[in-house]
Formats: sequence, C-alpha cells, structure tokens
Amino acid sequence: MTGQTIARRPNQLFRNLNAKIASIPMILTAVVIFLGGTLWTVVYSFTNSKLLPRLSFVGLDQYERLWAATRWTVSITNLAIYGVLTLIFSLVIGFLLAALMDQKIRFENTFRTIFLYPFALSFIVTGLVWQWILNPEFGIQSVVRALGWTSFTFDPLYNADIVIYGILIAGLWQGTGLVMCLMLAGLRGIDGEIWKAARVDGIPTWKTYLFIVIPMMRAVFVTTLVIIASGIVRVYDLVVAQTSGGPGIASEVPAKYVYDYMFQAQNLGQGFAASTMMLVTVAIIIVPWAYLEFGGKKRG
Amino acid sequence: MANPGSLAVTVAGADAMSDSLAGPRGRRPQRSLSGRNIMIYGTLAIAALYYLLPLYVMVVTSLKGMPEIRLGNIFAPPVEITFEPWAKAWASACTGLNCDGLSRGFWNSVRITIPSTVISIAIASINGYALANWRFKGSEIFFTILIVGAFIPYQVMIYPIVIVLREMGIYGTLTGLIIVHTIFGMPILTLLFRNYFVSLPEELFKAARIDGAGFWTIYLKIMLPMSLPIFVVAMILQITGIWNDFLFGVVFTRPEYYPMTVQLNNIVNSVQGVKEYNVNMAATILTGSVPLFVYFVSGRLFVRGIAAGAVKG
Amino acid sequence: MTLRIWTAIMAASVVLPLSAAKATDLEVTHWWTSGGEAAAVAEFAKAFDATGNKWIDGAIAGSGGTARPIMVSRITGGDPMGATQFNHGRQAEELVQAGLMRDLTDVATKEKWKEIIRPATLLDGCTIDGKIYCAPVNIHSWQWLWLSNDAFKKAGVEAPKNWDEFVAAAPALEKAGIVPLAIGGQAWQASGLFDVLVISLGGKDFYEKVYSAKDADTINGPDMARIFKAADDARRMSKGTNVQDWNQATNMVITGKAGGQIMGDWAQGEFQLAGKKAGTDYACLPGLGVNEYITTGGDAFYFPLLKDEAKSQAQAVLASTLLNPKTQVAFNLKKGSLPVRGDVDLNAANDCMKKGLDILAKGNVLKSTDELLSADIQKQKEDLFAEFFSSSMSPQDAQKRFASIIASAD
Repeated sequence: MTGQTIARRPNQLFRNLNAKIASIPMILTAVVIFLGGTLWTVVYSFTNSKLLPRLSFVGLDQYERLWAATRWTVSITNLAIYGVLTLIFSLVIGFLLAALMDQKIRFENTFRTIFLYPFALSFIVTGLVWQWILNPEFGIQSVVRALGWTSFTFDPLYNADIVIYGILIAGLWQGTGLVMCLMLAGLRGIDGEIWKAARVDGIPTWKTYLFIVIPMMRAVFVTTLVIIASGIVRVYDLVVAQTSGGPGIASEVPAKYVYDYMFQAQNLGQGFAASTMMLVTVAIIIVPWAYLEFGGKKRG
Repeated sequence: MANPGSLAVTVAGADAMSDSLAGPRGRRPQRSLSGRNIMIYGTLAIAALYYLLPLYVMVVTSLKGMPEIRLGNIFAPPVEITFEPWAKAWASACTGLNCDGLSRGFWNSVRITIPSTVISIAIASINGYALANWRFKGSEIFFTILIVGAFIPYQVMIYPIVIVLREMGIYGTLTGLIIVHTIFGMPILTLLFRNYFVSLPEELFKAARIDGAGFWTIYLKIMLPMSLPIFVVAMILQITGIWNDFLFGVVFTRPEYYPMTVQLNNIVNSVQGVKEYNVNMAATILTGSVPLFVYFVSGRLFVRGIAAGAVKG
Repeated sequence: MTLRIWTAIMAASVVLPLSAAKATDLEVTHWWTSGGEAAAVAEFAKAFDATGNKWIDGAIAGSGGTARPIMVSRITGGDPMGATQFNHGRQAEELVQAGLMRDLTDVATKEKWKEIIRPATLLDGCTIDGKIYCAPVNIHSWQWLWLSNDAFKKAGVEAPKNWDEFVAAAPALEKAGIVPLAIGGQAWQASGLFDVLVISLGGKDFYEKVYSAKDADTINGPDMARIFKAADDARRMSKGTNVQDWNQATNMVITGKAGGQIMGDWAQGEFQLAGKKAGTDYACLPGLGVNEYITTGGDAFYFPLLKDEAKSQAQAVLASTLLNPKTQVAFNLKKGSLPVRGDVDLNAANDCMKKGLDILAKGNVLKSTDELLSADIQKQKEDLFAEFFSSSMSPQDAQKRFASIIASAD
C-alpha cells in the first residue's frame, strides 16, 4: 500500500513525519509483539512443541484434542457464564451506583473511595480474601450457623455447581468500583441543560437516563467495555487464588488451561492451540467492532 | 427534615464515614423527599457494606493471634490486639531460606513501578495524541491491533517476549521489565489518551497549527498542560497494575529485582504447617497499601480525569 | 621487566586457584517452601556455604507449576541460575537436548556416582545419550498411608493394618465426626493417590502392565475396574476435606481431624515439624499395607550451562556437595525422604523411614509415573481425577476416559 502511495504522491510518506516517528513504539508494539506474537502462537499451535517451541507440524491434532477435552469445554462454559454475568452486573451495578452518587449526595468522596478501593488490590489478594469469607468452616456459613440457623448452607467454593458464582462475587467486588467511576465520570460530563430540558418536557427520570443520557455516554461505555471485557477474557489469577480451578475442574477458565498446558503439562502446542481459539473468538467479536469504532470515523 | 447523612452514618458504620463528616457540601438545594433520600443512602450504604466487608475481615484478622483465629468467627473483632503478624509479614516471614518478609521486595517494587509508570504513560500519551490529532495512513489499523492486543492472555506472550528480549540482549534486566510493562499497559492507556485528546476543543489545535506550531510544540505547550486529569487516571491505573504484577516481575527479571508480590505469593502460598492467616492478611494489606494510598490521595482527580476524557469519543 | 612479568604470571597462577576457592555466589532455584522442605534445603545451603561458596536462595512458592515456567524462561532467555530443582524424569529432557544444560559426567565419574547411587535406575533418569545431566538428591515414594492414632482411638476402632480394614473403619470414623481420608483439593493429589491404588492394590506386574506396557486389555479389564472401585471408596471417604494444600490435609491427620491420608513420604516432614512420633502418634502403612512396593521418583538438581568459569567450578562443588554422605543424611532426615546412596548411616531414621529403607534394600522398587509418562499425559490424568474426586462420575466412565488418555501416550 505504501509503495503505491509513494508512486502517486512522493511526499506522502513524509507528511506527518513527526507523528509517525512518535508512533514508532506503538507501531512496533502492535506489529512485533501483538501481531507477531499472535502469528507465532498460531504457527506453533500446529506443531507438537513440548517444553520448547519446535517446528514439527502435526496439522490439526492439537485442536482435535482440545475440543475433545472435558476440561476445555468446562472452561469455555465457565468463561461464558462468568463473562456475560460480569458484563451485565458490573454495567448495571456500576451505572446504578453512579446514578445514585450523582444525586448530589453527601459523603460522595467517602462512598467513592469505598467502592473504588478494591480495584487497588491485586486479584491474588481478592481471591484470597473471598476464599476465606466463603469458606464454610469459618466464613459466612459458620457465622450464620452460629447465630442459630444450623441448616444454612452457603459454600459456593466447595460446590461444583455454583462455584463460578463464588468467583463472580469476588470479581464484581474488585471491578465494579472502577466501572462506577467511569460511569460517574460520564454522567458528570452530561450538560446540565439536558436535564433541565428533559424536566421541562416532563420526561420521567428513568426515561431520561435510558433514552437520552446513556446514548450520550457512548464513549464511556466503549472504554468501560474494553476494560471489562479484556479483564474477563484474561481472568486467571482470581481463579487460581480462589479455587485453583476446583472443586475438581468445576471453575477452570480458558486462560488457566492455556497456562497449565504450556507450563505444567509442557505441551506448548496444546496451550497455543487453546490460546489461538481464544484469540479467534475475540477477534471475530472485536475486530469488526473496533474497526468501526476507531477506524471509520473522522475526528471529533 | 432529618439529616439524611446521619442515617447513612448509622447504617454504614461510623468509622469509615467520620473523616468526611466535616464537610457536607452546602451548595445543593434540598428539594427531594426524605423517602427518596432513604432509598438513595440506604442502597449506597448496603453497597458500601459489601465493599467494606473484606477489608474489615482483613484488618481484623491481621490483628488477631493464631489461637483466636482458630476459634472461628472471622467477623468478630480481636479480643487481644497484636501487631505481631504485621511485624512478621514485613520483616521475618520466610520464603525458603530468606526470612526477611516483604521488606525485601518493597524497594524493588518502587524501582520497577516508577520508571515503568512514567515511561508507559509518556509513550501512551504521545500515541493518543498522534491518533487524535495527527492521523496518518494506517494509524487506525495499528490502533485496532493494539485494542485487540488488550484481550490476549498475558501468559501466551511469555515465550515470544522472552525471545524478543533475549535477541535484544536485555532479558533479565530492569530495562526489559519496563519495556514489558509499557507494552502491556499500552492498549488501555492509548485508548484513554486518544479519547481525551479527541475531546479537547479542536479549535485550539487548529489555531496552533496556523501559528506554525509543529507536532512536538503543540504536544508540549498546549496538550500537556491541559491533560493533568487524564495523566492522573493513567497514573493510577498503571501504578495499580504494575505494583500488583507478579508474573512479569518474576519471569522477566532475576531475583535481585523481584518485586514485593513475589514475596507476597511466597508468604501466602508457602504453608508452614498451619496457614498463618493473620500474617497472610497483614502481608496482603501491606502489599496493597501503596496503590491504596494513591487512591485515597487522588481518588477525586480520578473521576474528574475520566469525566474530562472519556465522554466524547 | 622480566621480573615484573614473572611476578604477574606467578600472581595469576596463585590467584586463579584462590579465586576458585573464594566465595562464588551460586543462585539455586527450587520450590521447597513448606516448613519441612525449607528446613531440609537449609541443610544443603549450609553444606555448600561450608565449602567457601555462597548459596543464594531462589525459592518460588506454589509448587512446580508456578516455579517451572520461571526456571525455563530464565534458562531459555539466556540468564540462567546456577542450579535448579526439577523432578527427574522427563521434565528437563528438552533443555538438555537444546544444549542449555551442563554435562556433569566428569563430576559423576570422579565421585563414582554409578557405584554409590542406589537404586541404579535413579541415575538413568539423569542420563541422556550416555551423559549425566543431573544430581539426584533424594528418593520420594508416594505409596504411604498415614494414620492418626488419636482419630481411631476417638472413634473407638482398632487402627487398620491395610486398606480394606481402613475402608471398613470409615463409618465409625464418620460417626465420630472425623473425615476418614483427607484429600487436598489440588489435582496432583487425586492423581497421585490413584497411582498408589494401582501399585498397592494391583501389585507390581499390574502396575507395569498399565503404565509401562500401557496394555489396553489390562487397562480396560476387571482388575482395573476393581481399582476404580477403590477410588470410588476413597472419594466417598474424603467427603468434607475442604482444604487445598497437601500439608493442610496432612495437618488434619496430625490434629486428628482426619483418620488418614495417602501421601508421599514428604508428609513425614510435617509430622516431624509438629513434634509427632512415628509409631505412637501416627502410623504409616507403606503400600497401603497390601503390596509393599515403592516408586522412586524424587528431586534432582540440574545445572544450566554457564559461561563464567568460577561459577562452573562452583557448580561442580555444589553437585558433589549434594551427594556428600553427611549432607544426604542431614537433608533427608529433615525432608522425610530416603537418601540416594546406600552407604550412609541412617540410625537416626524413625520407624517409617526404616520401613522405607527395608523396602529399598529388598529391591521392591519401581519406576515412578513421572518417569513412565510425559508431563502432558500426567496433566490429563490429573484433570480426570480432579474431576472424578469432586463429582459423581461413575467409576466405569472414569475407567473409559483413563484408558483413552493412556492410549494416547507416546
């Protein structure tokens, strides 16, 4: 493409030269690390590399095995549940809290700090604390039982059917504060005149939020979505700290599958195949959207 | 009507609130019904409970002795307050043969976090600026790749990056680690900065161009002075991320640079007979204290920063 | 002038051996961070420091799964440590093939490792293409059932002498509020336990047919079904364990909250650290009291190829220190494992270790699954048994899936 451009307009390459020079780190990161690293991963996913990457191709073997593995199916199911619920809950809770915070309340600083502080803690810490609170022997269950309700059962981390929700509780605790802040920022950016106009027209508050304010907060939602969604896809530390994927394999997630097979099983090929599947899924969803969002539009 | 604030105080627990009791902001007119306020403050207070509970458990536990912890109730306040777990977590908890607790990694974390934060933000802000004001052919493609990159699990990139760093001859050095943090912070930061710079009035930029100012002049003289809020946001995100990082710190450096999280992991994961939960919790709070401090100090700027930047896309 | 040169040469020739003997820092990475493990590794460090060098400890907690990627990255990234722990077997094979590891044959020949290391198969695990690449430091065997005497007393039943009695005693334990069999939640524990059932209940030939010959008829056959039935019993007996780490499960046995645990001999380090005595406070049944065979997995140290001459020499010193009779005794007593050389004096060993030594002396020794199967197959096995022990998967289904995993082994 550049070649053609040069042929047509020789000075094209040198326009915005400074901007191009300044963008070299970004271009290098995008091309060498993200694109290059991804291609490298994809190529090696067709090999039977074990501890060290080796170019001995085995076709689609790794993929066939991947899709035959129960653990992989469990992992993606978990990610789907965790992802959808995280998206919904963190957006809803984040927005609701932000809307409440935006009512010119007292103690806004205190509330905001309370909601936001978990985000300062690492997932390892988050997982550890919630593992403890949810532990049936001395956490919430034992406290409620000590109060007299002896049949009370709340042991999400030890029940394979609901363990992913136990992780969700911790994940939301860590992440919704940031979403709330982003939303609050968005609400603060809305011109006060709009509220006045809506009130004059007699539009109920909830309708104003839903049909006027939220559409105006598009950019905030985009930023928030990218942050939440990338966190979801990469969820790993939280699960390791909270359950190590257990009980059994009930709370496994794809990123953990990738890591475990790359390093514990010393089967790089299998790990790369799994990560390629993750990337393909992400790419199918993200690329068209990102290109529309960031590529098509003109400035402003 | 009754002061709605006092209601919230009683519900949400007094100690967390007391610091801000000093300044109810008087500018707002009290138009609303108290029922509405009860709903608002009630909801916020319940939410606040959910967020505060773990912190409460962490603090309380870290102040108990092991015999007391074994008795059960994690929510009970300590009968006998002891600071021994804190001292142990900081100075004498063992990892293998090294028994000097978290103190070992604290300065390493500082040494890693400061340059990584500064460099990654500098680069990302320039990226965002170029993407917002100086688009060139292909810039959006690179940006799109970058955004997709935000979704790649870190673990997958370990080997390619080991290879790249090895070829550059900086594997195992602090420089290498800083580059890695810059790379992985880039997608989200660039997005933030780009959105921010797009939201600044275009007239400013045009006027400067007409005056003959170039890329760097506009960046340094016009954009930078206007971007304090977004820099604060970026700073908070990066400090949190880098300070809490374990994987990169341990894979891309050697032991003399190991950050505090490595010791945290070692304290939390190496079990000497019985898990010493009080030491674990103290270590947890100690490790988290730096980002927490940053949040407490600059939380207000955080919202303002995003408000300034992320609204118009 | 000539005098000066001569002095310089003299100085150099004096300095050279001196600098070799002078303290060289050698970084050693390992994942031994539990109480007993750390105490044991301190013995190595002490012995190595006594040679005039310095052991720089690079412990990474969280078991091999966390530590190994770090070690491998360091070695392939061109910034290797001085020495590193791996389980011997097939873990480091490729690093050796890639020429990244140091050949220890010279040290081994000088110190006559071939003669002193017992059983000889141990050194085979370190040998690739006729060259020796690692120093085995201990023998760990998985095939032990640890029993809490207190728990059985409390339940009012006789402490069992074998697996069947143990299973029979389970209801009484449960009635007394004691978990009969503690199994930690981590996947490797479930998988290891199953292998113990295979070797202890199935016997030597059966074990070899399954894991060495990978004989499909045996794996699908009725004897195997019996093992899976036993695994089903174990699963039922472990209800209510609710801990993750192996030593937390061991701690349940130490405190009498659980009747027993099937775990390798490293659990002994924890009993020792808690001040418990073999025979009085706890009992051990090698081979579950049925077939007294042990497998000889274990830990070994590998030495990455270093450019620094002084460090290479220190590596040789370390390798020979690790196998020094005195170090071997001190280390293994703390670790609860068996020494790799037969000529050391182990009077200090307790009842359980002596049982282990007897079995070793009788030659009832088999290769461990770490040596017979690749890490990849091991991992799949772990996934299967982690799922099995936490779900209601039927033994028949589990057997079918087990068969297909083993069938895919290379």
